[in-house]
Amino acid sequence: MAREYETVIGLEVHVELATQTKIFCGCSTAFGGRPNSHTCPVCTGMPGSLPVLNKKVLEHAVAVGLATNCDITRYCKFDRKNYFYPDNPQNYQISQLYLPVCRNGYVEIETEEGIKKVGIHEIHMEEDAGKLIHDEWEDCSLVDYNRSGVPLIEIVSEPDMRSAQEVIAYLEKLRLIIQYLGASDCKLQEGSMRADVNLSVREVGAKEFGTRTEMKNLNSFRSIARAIEGEKNRQIDLLESGEAVIQETRRWDDAKETSYAMRSKEDAQDYRYFPDPDLVPVSISEEFLEEIRSRQPEFRTEKMKRYKEEFDIPDYDIDIITGSKHMADIFEETVALGAQPKKVSNWLMVETLRLLKEKELDPEDIRFSPEHLAKLIALTESKAVNSTVAKEVFEVMFEEDIDPESYVEEKGLKTVNDEGALRRTVEEVIAANPQSVEDYHNGKEKAIGFLVGQTMKAMKGKADPAGVNRLLKELL
Amino acid sequence: MDKSELLHLSAVELNRAIREGKTTAVEAMEAVLEQIEKKDGQYNCYVTVAGDTALAKAAEVQKKIEAGELTGPLAGVPVAVKDNMCTEGLLTTCSSKILENFVPAFSAEAVLQLERAGAVVIGKTNMDEFAMGSTTETSAYGVTRNPRNPEHVPGGSSGGSAAAVAAEECFFALGSDTGGSIRQPASYCGVVGMKPTYGTVSRYGLVAYGSSLDQIGPLTKTVEDCAAVLETIASHDKKDSTSVERADTDFTSALVKDVKGMRIGIPRDYLGEGLDSEVRDAVLAAAELLQANGAVVEEFDLSLVEYAIPTYYTIAAAEASSNLERFDGIKYGYRAKDAAGLHQMYKRTRSQGFGPEVKRRIMLGSFVLSSGYYDAYYLKALRVKAMIKKAFDDAFAKYDCILGPVAPTTAPELGRSLADPIKMYLGDIYTISVNLAGLPGISVPCGADSRGLPIGLQLIGDCFNEKKLIQTAYTYEQCAKEGN
Repeated sequence: MAREYETVIGLEVHVELATQTKIFCGCSTAFGGRPNSHTCPVCTGMPGSLPVLNKKVLEHAVAVGLATNCDITRYCKFDRKNYFYPDNPQNYQISQLYLPVCRNGYVEIETEEGIKKVGIHEIHMEEDAGKLIHDEWEDCSLVDYNRSGVPLIEIVSEPDMRSAQEVIAYLEKLRLIIQYLGASDCKLQEGSMRADVNLSVREVGAKEFGTRTEMKNLNSFRSIARAIEGEKNRQIDLLESGEAVIQETRRWDDAKETSYAMRSKEDAQDYRYFPDPDLVPVSISEEFLEEIRSRQPEFRTEKMKRYKEEFDIPDYDIDIITGSKHMADIFEETVALGAQPKKVSNWLMVETLRLLKEKELDPEDIRFSPEHLAKLIALTESKAVNSTVAKEVFEVMFEEDIDPESYVEEKGLKTVNDEGALRRTVEEVIAANPQSVEDYHNGKEKAIGFLVGQTMKAMKGKADPAGVNRLLKELL
Repeated sequence: MDKSELLHLSAVELNRAIREGKTTAVEAMEAVLEQIEKKDGQYNCYVTVAGDTALAKAAEVQKKIEAGELTGPLAGVPVAVKDNMCTEGLLTTCSSKILENFVPAFSAEAVLQLERAGAVVIGKTNMDEFAMGSTTETSAYGVTRNPRNPEHVPGGSSGGSAAAVAAEECFFALGSDTGGSIRQPASYCGVVGMKPTYGTVSRYGLVAYGSSLDQIGPLTKTVEDCAAVLETIASHDKKDSTSVERADTDFTSALVKDVKGMRIGIPRDYLGEGLDSEVRDAVLAAAELLQANGAVVEEFDLSLVEYAIPTYYTIAAAEASSNLERFDGIKYGYRAKDAAGLHQMYKRTRSQGFGPEVKRRIMLGSFVLSSGYYDAYYLKALRVKAMIKKAFDDAFAKYDCILGPVAPTTAPELGRSLADPIKMYLGDIYTISVNLAGLPGISVPCGADSRGLPIGLQLIGDCFNEKKLIQTAYTYEQCAKEGN
């Protein structure tokens, strides 16, 4: 084992664009409709139907290209990729081969080894396919064209990555850029972001690339990291035992932590690409580019810098909050509604992250509104609710985005500020727990905690614990 | 009005008669349906006749005409539609077995435009399968015969439409022209046929053959009808990216009998080897008639003509091979029975569903697009296409229109053409460069050969110059009719 190897990785990333309608027709892109309910003659490949480009798709693609330092192809075209499969109603996919919309870009990634540029070979626009459902009970296959024609961009990197860590950093970078642009929610689990990994190994110092394989079916960062590790080792083992790596497409099985060959280069199809004569070439004007440029948002790096200057919150918080455009938006909007930044950050960092983790959700899934968070913070600030109640209310808010003010009102959760009622309850608790009172008087400070607890219980939680504590000490 | 007298009327004459109360849309439809009943057993112009639906629609239209809601020149006029244009609720087969049971859920934009103007669809006309052919003999539903001489083909691919006009089985028809498929059958059947500038008529709902070349156009009895129909179907359609927005679609305004000073060029290449002498004489006689009426006619060299056929068959076949992939037995149309698995189902469905000429072009198209051949064939063809366009641009710097024959011969006898496809392809020599360059072209009857078979005169215009074509064709038609 004297030889040392280097892993060479390039990525093909598919991103589903967040448009209201499909790429070549007016059908909805919404998830979850009845099968074939979001379809029309165009996206089901009816004879005589014709595609018309959705301008929003071009806007998103150009915005991503500009954010990743690409050259924008001012005269770009769509091509047909011909292959027979029932999920593809025309038996060709409209994509871009010869003149993709963006080329020659890069993004900067940061890993433990420092900052590095990963080149982007091209970004092209294309349509998604439908979904086949195999009904084993009836022994037949059904097809649902709701996803047929949903717009995608494919971002093809240069083979510039050398480790799983770099791949994850690159994907994170893309995800953040695209989320910040509002071009997609980029969820790997749900398939709105998909990555295929092209990987080869070579001896350190070698000039030529080794034979590469393409790995598919990777739907989490974890499985990507594991697949890279697995494929690297598989290829090194082959080379070490004197065998050759075969150029092929492989499918990762995350449960078994292994991959298997899907098809080799020899059975690679000839897609007979040619320019789609139904779509006129797209000419991108300077005005159009300027408009997209002027709409580019503040990206993460700039945002982090601004947070440091504007808000007195820890760097760690800034890192987490800006790690999701959605969370950063909630943060900023809540602050804009008058909440103190530190308080907002605390709710996000503690309770929100806890619930997200518990429910296995992404920050993108946060549903409560900034208005409601601001109200809840105001309720705690004014001591209208105590922190225990606030947390309970927050959990409901996290689930259903209820208005905390009316919820607290309805459920009668407001802290009782009636000094007389509280005093009576404390007196009752003291009378009912002579042992604890004695313990307290004997110097057992802890006993007061028990009495506070008893009082809170009698008040059904609606008392301010500090006030109870103060009153107990006074009466004892 | 007497039925046979009624059938002789042109489309706009019929509309006038309806508006004047001399006849009705229903009577006209009844007359046409009777004529179909009488003649179509022999000619086979139609794949589908809508019959009762057509009569019911004619009755509706009649009411609207009487109520003053429909005032256009095609209101109440029965029309035949080539079977490659989608018609909602009405079988649309493209004369192929693979679409033997296909009923579209929407109508082609051109058909909708006609219906909005009050024209009533009679039925769907026979054609070469998927518009591939020049004789209407590749139809899966039998050959169409030429009404001028039933032993001869009507031409193609819009043979059913041209024959239906000639046989008075309709008052006008829609056809589609990818390489001459309107003009050539119009010429063979002795009717007027026009292929408009690419992008003038929406292709939405036209089942594609060669998408970059396909254009819908009229087949009519007169130039006047041709202008009226084109004016009705020309539209900017947002559903078709290749549709052009143009303001000059008042084509009937060009129905002016005057060619004084009109500069007409005759390509020498169009009069050379392979051209039947009777056709040549008739075409030159037509040119002389125009000259006698004030046109300036001269011969010139239009280069690259010889490259048009290979260029056309490369591009059209390439596009067709991809356009026809959707016919796979999954979603609609014919599906082979008892196939074991997906692949066999695809293979059997397409093997059994497509006829030999369609298969030939799918194979040819797949070949020229395949990796390693794409540059040598398809890309080269695209370059030649651009050069042909340039050659026409140069010609139109000198001429208002180009004059020549439509086809080298008159209609061949049935059963003679398919055995030698290359020869059949060569028959497209004068029509296909018009499609490659996206130009408008019209075919007007200019006499007959010694066997009585009609000869067509072709006039070609620069892009968006249909009006000059219509004016020249109209002038020729009127002068020829008057015998001067």
